[in-house]
This record gives sequence, C-alpha cells and structure tokens, in this order.
Amino acid sequence: MNGAVVDTTTAPPEGAVKAKKSKFTYNPNRVAHTLNKLGLGYFSPFARLIGKDEPAKQLREIALNTLLPIVAFAGFVIAWAVLAKAVQTDSVQIPSPHQAWYALTGTAIPAFSHPFPESIEGLEAPYFADNDGMDPKSINGFAQAEKLAEKEYMISQQERVDKFLARSEEAAAEGDTEKAAKYKENSEMFASKTYQGNKTFYDQIWISLLTVAIGFIVATVVAVPIGVLCGISPMFNIAMNPLIQLFKPVSPLAWFPIVFVFTTWGIATPPSDSIWQRALFTSAGVVMLCSLWPTLINTAVGVASVDKDHLNVAKVLKLGWAKRIGKIVLPASLPLIFTGLRLSIGVGWMVLIAADMMAQNQGLGKFVWDMYQNGDTMSTAQIIVAVFVIGAIGFFLDRIMLVCQRLVTFEEQNI
Amino acid sequence: MPETYFEAINLGKTYKTPSGDAVIVKGFDLKMQKGEFVCVLGHSGCGKSTVLSMVAGLNDISEGSVLLDHKEIEGAGPDRGVVFQSPCLLPWMTTWDNVMLGVEQVYFHATQEERNQIVEYYLNAVGLHGAKDKRPSELSGGMRQRVGLARAFALSPKMLLLDEPFGMLDKLTKFELQQVLIDLWNRERLTAMMITHDVDEAIYLADRVVMMTNGPAARVGEIVKIDFERPRDRRDIMSDPRYLEYREQLISFLEERVYQMDEAA
Ligand SMILES: Nc1ncnc2c1ncn2[C@@H]1O[C@H](COP(=O)(O)OP(=O)(O)OP(=O)(O)O)[C@@H](O)[C@H]1O
Ligand SMILES: [Mg+2]
Repeated sequence: MNGAVVDTTTAPPEGAVKAKKSKFTYNPNRVAHTLNKLGLGYFSPFARLIGKDEPAKQLREIALNTLLPIVAFAGFVIAWAVLAKAVQTDSVQIPSPHQAWYALTGTAIPAFSHPFPESIEGLEAPYFADNDGMDPKSINGFAQAEKLAEKEYMISQQERVDKFLARSEEAAAEGDTEKAAKYKENSEMFASKTYQGNKTFYDQIWISLLTVAIGFIVATVVAVPIGVLCGISPMFNIAMNPLIQLFKPVSPLAWFPIVFVFTTWGIATPPSDSIWQRALFTSAGVVMLCSLWPTLINTAVGVASVDKDHLNVAKVLKLGWAKRIGKIVLPASLPLIFTGLRLSIGVGWMVLIAADMMAQNQGLGKFVWDMYQNGDTMSTAQIIVAVFVIGAIGFFLDRIMLVCQRLVTFEEQNI
Repeated sequence: MPETYFEAINLGKTYKTPSGDAVIVKGFDLKMQKGEFVCVLGHSGCGKSTVLSMVAGLNDISEGSVLLDHKEIEGAGPDRGVVFQSPCLLPWMTTWDNVMLGVEQVYFHATQEERNQIVEYYLNAVGLHGAKDKRPSELSGGMRQRVGLARAFALSPKMLLLDEPFGMLDKLTKFELQQVLIDLWNRERLTAMMITHDVDEAIYLADRVVMMTNGPAARVGEIVKIDFERPRDRRDIMSDPRYLEYREQLISFLEERVYQMDEAA
C-alpha cells in the first residue's frame, strides 16, 4: 500500500520519457536464443554481456569458452614448432608454423628470422615488390600474381580490340565495307577472349565446394526416396539390406575406377575452359557413392519409427499415399533425415580430397597432390595450410547442417 | 421405438500371445440410437480401449461385427471421428492446419472458402480462434484437447469416439472441456461413445452409461439410463435426488456386482 503511494509521487519524470522513447529494446535473452538456434551458441555470452545480463557469469563463460581453446591452440602450435625442429631429414622436413604462415601469406613475420632463407638469397630488398611484396610461390602470392597477370592480359587484349576497331572505322571511312567488317570481326574475337590462367588455391576451394555440392545433392535425391521406401515397406527393406550393408563400407578409392568408367562413357569431353570437367563429375560421383548411406539409413529408420498415433491420424482421415507421405511420414521423420544429411555431408567432404586426387579434379585434393609431387618444404607447408582450410570448411558445413537440423526439429508434445 | 443407428454384435478380441490366446473382449453387444451419447465405464485394463479402437477401425475385429448406419464398418474412416487421451496432434502443423487436414479430406468437393469457414467455425466453437497459428508445442494440455475436439467434430462424422479425452487434465480444465464438448454436441447431436473413468463425468454427459465387466473376456455388464433432460446444468443435476441414486448404482456395480458377474461367468 505504502510503496504504491511513494512510487506514484516520486516517480522521476525522465523515467517516463525513457520508457516511451525506447520502443526497440535490446533483449539479450532473445538474441542469445537466436544465436543458439543458428548454431552460433558460442557468441551468446557476448550477446548477454552487451545486454548486461549477469555480466560476471558471462565473463566466466567467455573465459572458459574462448581463453581455454586459445591456450590449447597455442600449446599445439608450440608442440608443432618443437616437432618441426626435430623431424628433419636431408630431403624432407616438417614445416614450422612460421613456414606454414609464410606458405599462406607469402610474407614473413618480421619478429622472426626468415622461414625460407634460401628463397631470398641473392634477391634485393624489397623482395617481390612487383607482386605486392608477396612471394609468388606462396598461396596468396600466387593468387596475387595470377590476378596481376590477368589484369595485364586484359589490358593488352583491350589494346588489340581498340586497334582493330580504329582500323575498322578507318576502312569504313574509306568506303571499304568488306575490310571494315573483317576488322570489326577481329576486334570482337579479341573482346570475347578470357584469361586462361592457372587455378589458384581459392579457385580450387570453390571447385571442391561445387563438387561436394553436386555429389551431396545427387546423394540426397537418391537416398531419401529409397530410404522412405525402405521405411515404409519391410519387404523392400529386406531386399535392399544386403546391398546397403555391402556397399556402405567401400572406400572412395575403390569406387573411383568404376565411376570413372561411367563418366567416360556418359559425359562428352567438355571444352578445356569449362568448369564442368569430366573429372569434376567423377569426383562428385565418388562423393555421392560414399555419402549416400547415412542419409539412406537414417531416413529408413525415421520413416519406420513414425509415431503410431500420427499414422492413426492418417488412417482415420483415409489420407491417400501422397498425402500420407507428404503430410505425415516425411515431416515426422525430417529430424532423423537431417541427422543423416549432416553425417552424409561430413563423409562427403572427407572423401572429396581422396576423390579429387584420384580423378585429378581441380579441387583441394588436386592441390594437395600437386604440392606433394613438388616435395619441397614450401609445398609441404602449403599442404599444412590446406589441412587447416579443409578442416575449417568441414566444420562450417557441419554447422550449416546443424542449423537446418534444428530448424526442422519440432518439439514433441508430451501429453 | 426409434431405430438402431449403431450396433456392436457379439464383438470379440483375441490376441495371440506366446502363452496362448488372450481373450480380452468376448460377446460385447450394444445398440445405440442416432444422436445418443453413451459413456463406457469399467476397470482399468478390462478392454474399453480395445472395443473403441475396433469400432474406430484402428484395431482388427477378431469376432462379431459392427454396424453403423446399416453398413458394416471396414477399417478406419473419417465417418468416425476419434479423440484420444493424448490429442495426437501433428506437431509440425499449426492448429489451423491440424483441423484443415481432415476438413480437406471430407469436404474435397467444397471450395477453399467453404473449407476455411468450416475450420473457422469449429475453432471458434472450442474457443481457440486466437491460437490458430500456434503449434501444438505452444499450447497447454487443455488447448490441445480443444483442437482434438475441433478436429473430430469438423469431420461431421456419423459417430464420435472418445477414449478418456480428459483423463490427463486437471479438474478445472476438465470441467471447461466437458462444457466445450457438450455444447458442441448439443448443436450437432452426433452419436457418441465415450470412455471415461470418472463417474460424475459419465452422469453429466451420457444418456446411458454402459458398464463393462472385468476382463478377460469382458462384455457389457449393466446399463444405467440417465434421465436428466437436456441441456443440462451441472449444479441443477447435482442437487437432483436422482443424481446420488445414479452414482450409487454405478459405484456399487464397479465395486461389488462386477466381481459377482465374473464369478457367475
Ligand atoms: N497387443 C496386445 N497383445 C496382448 N494383449 C494386449 C494387447 N493390447 C492390449 N492387450 C491387453 O488388453 C487388455 C485391455 O486393454 P485396454 O487398453 O483395452 O484396456 P482399457 O480398458 O482401455 O484400460 P484403461 O482403462 O487402463 O485404458 C489389457 O489387459 C492389455 O494388457
Ligand atoms: Mg484405455
């Protein structure tokens, strides 16, 4: 009673203004929840901290989730550096962390001695100035060199185009239409030319992603319907089971020659500048054959274990088979299907490197293979960079699938 | 004498088990008129749900037959709306879609506009219009069962089958939902069979209360006719002297005579 009276009389006028003004309020709880849903739960303590929601607890959480992994990673890098010093033969050696850094960026960290002293021997400072200071043998340096080469090429092409256009106009002015048309044709020919450079590491990442996407999509299109059939019909399941069990454990290396026969037979040789090379499809085919199984099996289990109550709804309503599958069976098994898809994309990405190596697809596997063929320490250092990149991409793919999985998972009612 | 609309004739259910045949229900006979509301009482495990699921067509009939509107039933179908103890809503659909799923099946010749009106009407009738875009996980237990009722009524079935629909609800919610059910029923007068464990609920809702004997081989034991005129008012009938009589009749059967009948059998 008393409190209420005090409240109304002493309420500061600014308070009322403030409450009116802040129509949009930062709700740390909601932001954190959204982050969790997006698979970015790692950042939710930061979101809560910004909203001043139990700051002490959030700081502890951040210390735990951020500092601890950083410390562990630092420990790993130190162990790696020590190992790199120890494991050395005359011909090969484990590259040091600094060498890996150099292999990626093409620039040395100034605080340390140069990681590849022999490569700069006899060169005048500043090194590699015409390549923006980057060693063209490194990943970024090579990409930069390609970019500069392309620019140069385009400029020289444009010069030719301009030259022929000028000649064409000249001829037209002189009234020689035939010559004018010919020059014009020449200029167009040069205008249509594109730079045919070497694939950089970043091109190869995209090709790898493209390959795995094709393999994964085809695998999904094949596996989900078969899985649904297996789940619905025990007879079909019995019939398919030996095949599934037999082919599931087969290595991508064993699939490669077989897929190779199919792509050689089924795909005409594309022009050399097309990205749709036969090797890409061979590699995607191997990915598909290996990543098919988790989706297939999980779909079958999901469909077979649809809640009996939900199937009774379909029975009472006399739903036709299309509606029964579309409205009841598939939605009910979506969470398990997505569990399968998540496993599948993990398997697909893992076998992709081997598939790329075998098929000579211009992806990350080819990169690793080429570097291995080079055999020098710089190349080995680049392989180490590739290992980190492959791991990071695999992690992101998994996160994306996790988010999809969360989105389709409905909360079961428990009454 | 009004004609029979529903009839269970010598209905029986036998399960094959490793230790021989388990006769759950045997010789279950029951006739119902059109628009009659019958409650089925009996001890737990006696076979009430078994009878109801056979009538619904969700469980095979071992023996005997069920006639509805002069036709023998074969399998499940939307002419029998079923409401279970757990409402069995599809968790990936909204309230609206859960009701619409059945309406689309039954009114396949109607226009979308007409179907929308039907769904709207029944959601309003169970007091859920504000929750039509919610998913089951966002609803309380009572609200979910309201959706279950709307879904069953929206089929305009020949018969309504309810298996302890309010068994999991607290007393207050149960009263509310009994009211929702009986109001809807008063509008449409569907032939209804409802299983319950609650004697008061049976007296309040039913025209007749059917009491089953204990299993194995359960059948209809006694039938008590509840003569209160409709629409009923809960407080009026509770202060009616017949109320205690009915109550006494039902309880004494369940506590004593059911065992005597077992011995006699
Ligand atoms: N598949 C089955 N095989 C063997 N026995 C079964 C099977 N299904 C049910 N029963 C038995 O049938 C009997 C009747 O079950 P039912 O569910 O019909 O009982 P109920 O009267 O509905 O019980 P409650 O009031 O607890 O819901 C039970 O004793 C049960 O053990
Ligand atoms: Mg039961």
